[in-house]
This record gives sequence, structure tokens and C-alpha cells, in this order.
Amino acid sequence: MAATAAASPLRWIPWMLVALVGAVALGVIALSRGETINALWLVVASLCVYLTAYRFYGLFIARRVLEIDASRPTPAVRRNDGLDYVPTNRTVLFGHHFAAIAGAGPLVGPVLAAQMGYLPGTLWILVGVVFAGAVQDLIVLFISTRRDGRSLGEIIRAEMGHIPGVIAMVGILAIMIILLAVLALIIVKALADSPWGTFTVFATMPVAIVMGLYGRYFRPGRVGEVSLIGFVGLIGAILLGEQVASSADWGPAFTFSGEALALMLIGYGFIASVLPVWLLLAPRDYLSTFLKIGTIVGLAIGILIVRPELQMPAVTRFVDGTGPVFAGTLFPFLFITIACGAVSGFHALVASGTTPKMIESEAHLPFIGYGAMLMESFVAIMAMVAASVLDPAVYFALNSPAALIGATSNEAAVAVSAWGFTVTPAALDEVARAVGETTILSRTGGAPTLAVGMAQILSSVVGGAGMMAFWYHFAILFEALFILTTVDAGTRVARFMIQDLVGTFVKPLKDTRSWAGNLVATALAVGGWGWFLYQGVTDPLGGINTLWPLFGIANQMLAAIALTVCTVVLFKMKRERFAWVTLVPVTWLLVCTLTAGWQKIFHADPRIGFLAHAERYSAALGRGELLAPAKGVGQMRQVIFNDYVNATLCALFIAVVLAMVFYGLKTIAAARRSETPTALETADAAA
Amino acid sequence: MRLREALKRARETARLMVGLPDYDTYLAHRRAVHPGEPAMSREQFHRERTDRRFGGGADRIGRCC
Repeated sequence: MAATAAASPLRWIPWMLVALVGAVALGVIALSRGETINALWLVVASLCVYLTAYRFYGLFIARRVLEIDASRPTPAVRRNDGLDYVPTNRTVLFGHHFAAIAGAGPLVGPVLAAQMGYLPGTLWILVGVVFAGAVQDLIVLFISTRRDGRSLGEIIRAEMGHIPGVIAMVGILAIMIILLAVLALIIVKALADSPWGTFTVFATMPVAIVMGLYGRYFRPGRVGEVSLIGFVGLIGAILLGEQVASSADWGPAFTFSGEALALMLIGYGFIASVLPVWLLLAPRDYLSTFLKIGTIVGLAIGILIVRPELQMPAVTRFVDGTGPVFAGTLFPFLFITIACGAVSGFHALVASGTTPKMIESEAHLPFIGYGAMLMESFVAIMAMVAASVLDPAVYFALNSPAALIGATSNEAAVAVSAWGFTVTPAALDEVARAVGETTILSRTGGAPTLAVGMAQILSSVVGGAGMMAFWYHFAILFEALFILTTVDAGTRVARFMIQDLVGTFVKPLKDTRSWAGNLVATALAVGGWGWFLYQGVTDPLGGINTLWPLFGIANQMLAAIALTVCTVVLFKMKRERFAWVTLVPVTWLLVCTLTAGWQKIFHADPRIGFLAHAERYSAALGRGELLAPAKGVGQMRQVIFNDYVNATLCALFIAVVLAMVFYGLKTIAAARRSETPTALETADAAA
Repeated sequence: MRLREALKRARETARLMVGLPDYDTYLAHRRAVHPGEPAMSREQFHRERTDRRFGGGADRIGRCC
């Protein structure tokens, strides 16, 4: 390689240009103060960072650290069965992998993080993806590909031992439950008191069932046809939703409180996950996947055409931890609020899932592992843009809980103006009218903010101000659709995990074909996330405040576990000279998540610490007082109980990650004592 | 010809995004490696793959947050 570089130094010129343009764009972003900057700078800076990082760091890890070997037959080649193991064209597989890793996470985290300004979040997304997220995805994909496409849990068991394997499985299940609860909460927050949104999302179910029946009995396997029918149905539902919402009879029939929606969603989650997959889940999976990809592409084109100015300041005063969207200071809470888009532990499960079984050649690993994560990071950057093009006053009105800004436009305008973002009540009402809603206040959870931002961008391209309400509800529908699909599919995954885990002790539960075992495990899964969901909906601070940090901590801890495994494998391969590649991000993640976890439990501020919050309610109860939202002694006790459960869960996450680090260090010590590599790659493992 | 190739690839990508590998590749593989043995029909293949996608197992956590 050095020889060719010496032979043609000219080939470095384009890379120098990319680096130069990126440096200039980053400079503009970082140094502009007091005036708005164009979103294009953010886009250009990120693209240059991605290109440079891929070429110089991604390929370095693949070639020098992992020493990928294009001549080594991959599992897809050795075990080709035309089904699970299929050598697949690399761009086709890139699409598969990207569609699997990109969900609601990269769209929501950056929106919430925008309360600190666009700069801190953007920098973390870029630095995080280059040195942590994409590194994790690539190395896990590599490790799994070298082991017949085994899953993360199996890899941990084989490389580190049985006990760490079980601990990791418990951790993964807990994370899954919290993930489903927080995703469900996002839908509830977006649909509460919104008949238009609620109608369109409800309408997706009959649409999906029609698609399912058509695809089962009429034209099996015609994915394109089925999806087209569904798409027409969805657009029809959005248009009809407007009529429904404005009708005096039907409008109230589709207007629900958060509590009612939460209970419906829990019931739905249970029923949907025991129905046959072809009826509801698979057809909606088509719709949500294609809509997701289409909307991401559409948003990218929209940003390029409109080139909006960022209204949000680069840094707001809320870096001090007093912000209304989530509590806690920039360190450590920014780094757990933006998980997906910078680094997401969940990807370790996807990268050790179906993708490694379809890798045609190890030479494709960096493009798929590192590249797809860069692409997801770009989605996060676009979400940051969409949140930052809004008037900051509108952003804070949307994202602050009613406990802080009140329930009327007058109160909200006063509260938000007092934070330094001047706005009139009429201006807030005008935004609500433009998107076809009665109010935009306290629509927390990120989805409505993203929808208003997207509506603003997309309506400048197609349809003008008159289409704003359509685009808003399109965006809500798009998010709700793939969150519902994840809730449904995730409940199934959690059910299988529970059956697997509990089945070790209670044998009959293990049989995944038994109806009783199936129902019990499904009820446990739905009960788990449903409990956190309901707690979140009734939380006076809006729930997202509590659940999103828990989810962020969980997801980043899973990433820390995955990167620990990567480090262990590097040592076992005798590649410890390069172990810093994973040691640096894993150390950073441990510092962030352990600090955040500790603060969530023990912080003296009741807005941050669960125990302090419980203390506050206990003290009030002792004095015979009631604190909002509790309306009686029973509810007061419930709030206190919830706090203890949350604190326990947080402690469980900390215990899991510390245990994994302990076993990791133990395995590394053993690997260092050995003279020869001890990694169990498939070719060396006789079993 | 280039365009047709690109369209075929786009179609394959879209189908694999929802967990459906290429049926023709499967059939070609069956014929080449297991000649004389039965292969699934297009419909059976579609059903089998759909069930497998959501059928659980450690490697089927096929979607992210």
C-alpha cells in the first residue's frame, strides 16, 4: 500500500480537498456566534467527516487491526443454503443492514438533545459515530462473521464463559423492555388529544390486514403490489383523518387521553403479538420499512433544496442541567440522550444477526459494518437539523411538560419567554393551526417536534403552507407506523427471550409451540413494558424525562458490553497492540453510563435522582400533603414505588455492566498468559 | 441493460430489507447443490421466510430502536 501511495501522491489530492472542506464547514459551525447559520454547513461538515473517517479509520480498522482476509470463505459461502446463508451483493446487503439498524432512536435522541443547542449534540454524533458506534458495528460484524454468524449472546458464552453469557441475556431482556416502553410512550405522547393523528394510526390496522389477506390468499409474495395498495390506503387515511378530526361527531370519538391510549396500546401489543405474522405484522413491516427509507431520502432532498437556517442557538443555557426536556448536565446526560446515531448497543444484536450470514466476502465488512452506521449517524444529523430549524420558543413549547409551562398558550408564552425565547400566545396558536392540531403544548417525546420541523421543510418543497398539516400528519404516521411495528416485533422477541431464560428453570415454558407458554411469556413481556409505559404517561414531568435517560443508559451499557467483548476478542487474537481502538470508546461509555446511572439513583435533585424524588414524596406523605399529579394517598405510594423500581432497574444495569467488565478483564488476563491466539474462530473450533 | 440491472438490484434490496432473500438465487442453489431434491415453490418460500423473520431466535432481533 505504501508503495502505491508513493507511486502516485496525486491520489491523495481529493482526500485533502474533502478534509479541507470539512474543516472549513466545522469551523463555520463552531465559530459562528450570535447569528443563525445555514443547515447546509452541518450537512457538508458531516459528509466530509464521514468520508474521511471511512477511508482513513474504517479501512484502517478493517485492514490493520482486524486483518480481514478477502480470500477466506465467509459463512455465506461455506454454508450457503439459499435461505439464511446467502452470499449477497454488497449494496443489497448494505440496504438490508441499514434498514435493520435505523429506527426511531436516531430521530428522537437528537431532537431531545437540541435543548442544549445544536452544537453539543452534533459534535457528539460525529465524534461518537467515528470512534465508537461505527467501530462497534464493524468489529461485532467481523467477530460474528468469523463464527458462522453467531449471535452476541452465543459469542459471549463461547469466548467469556457461561455465567457472563446468562448475565448478558438478562441485561439484553431488560433493555428490550425499557426500549419498548419508551417507544410506546412516544406514540402515546404524539397521539394524545389528536383525533387526526389517532384516526390515521388506527386506520393502518385495517389497511395492513387487507394487505395481509391479499398477500396470503390472492397474490402471495407480491411485495411491491401489496405495498402499493397499503401506501394508497395510508395516504387515504391521512386525507380522511382531516375530515374525521373536523367532524363534530367523529372528532371526539377519536380524541383520547394519554392514559386511555396507553391502555389501548397495551391491549393491542398483546393481541398483535399472538396473531399470525402474515396478517398484521409482516404487511405493516413492508409499509414501515419502505416509508422509513423513503422519508429519510425525502428529508435529505428537502434539506438540500430548502437549505433552512438553524434558529436554535449553537449552545443554550440549559447545558447547566436546568432544561425542561431532560434533567441533568451536559456531562453525562447529553451522551446518553443521543445513543442511536452516535453509538447504539442494540446494533451489536443486529450485526450478529442476519447480516453476517450474508456477507459475500470479508472485504465487504467495512462498507457494511462501518458504512451503514455512518449513514444512520447522518439520519441523526438530519433530525438535529429538523429540530433546530424551528423557532426555539416553539421547540420549548412542544417539549416542555405541562408542569413547567402550564396548559394554555398564555401561560406557555410567558414561561418560554422567561427562558429568553420571546414568543406571543398567538404565535403558538398559529403553529398549532398550521399543523391542524388544537394545541402544540407539551407534545413531548420528540416525534411531534420532528414532525413540525419536517412539515416546515417538506411543505417548502411540495405544497406550500397549505400542505403543512398534511406533512405534519404524514410524519407522525411514519413514526407511529414503524414504532408500532417495533413494539409488535419486539414483544415477540422479548417473549422468546423470556421463554428461553425462564424455561431454563420452568421447563414447560420453554416450548415455543405451546399456547400456554406462549401466552404467559407474552403477558410477561407486555406487562413489563406496559407497566413502564403507564408509569410514564401519568408522570407529571411527562415520562420521557424519566424513561428516555433509562433507555439511553441501557442502550449505551449494551454498547459498553459489546465493545468489551470486542476488546476481549482482540486480546485473544493477540492483536492487543491495537486494543486502544475499542478500549478508548469503551472507557468513555463506562465513564458516561456509570456516572449517569449513579446520578439517576443518588442525585440530590429530585428532578434527576430517583431516591431523592421518592424521599420528597415520602416526606409529603408524612406531612399528610399530596403532590401533583397524585390525587390520593394510594397514588402517592404508587409514585414512591415507581421511583424504587426505576432505581432498582438502574442499579441492575450498573451491576450487569460491571460484571461484564469484570469477566472481560479476567478473560483478557488469561489471554495474555497464553503464548498463542485463543480466539475461537470457526475454522479453529472443532465443535 | 445497465438500467435493467440497476432496477433488479433495487428490487432485490427492497425485498431483502423486509427479510425476503431472492427466490431465483434459492432455486438456482437447490438445483445446483441438491439436484433431484424438492425445492419450495415461490409461495412456500415466501411463507417460510416471513415466519422465520419473526419466529424468534437469538439472531432474529432484526430491528433497532
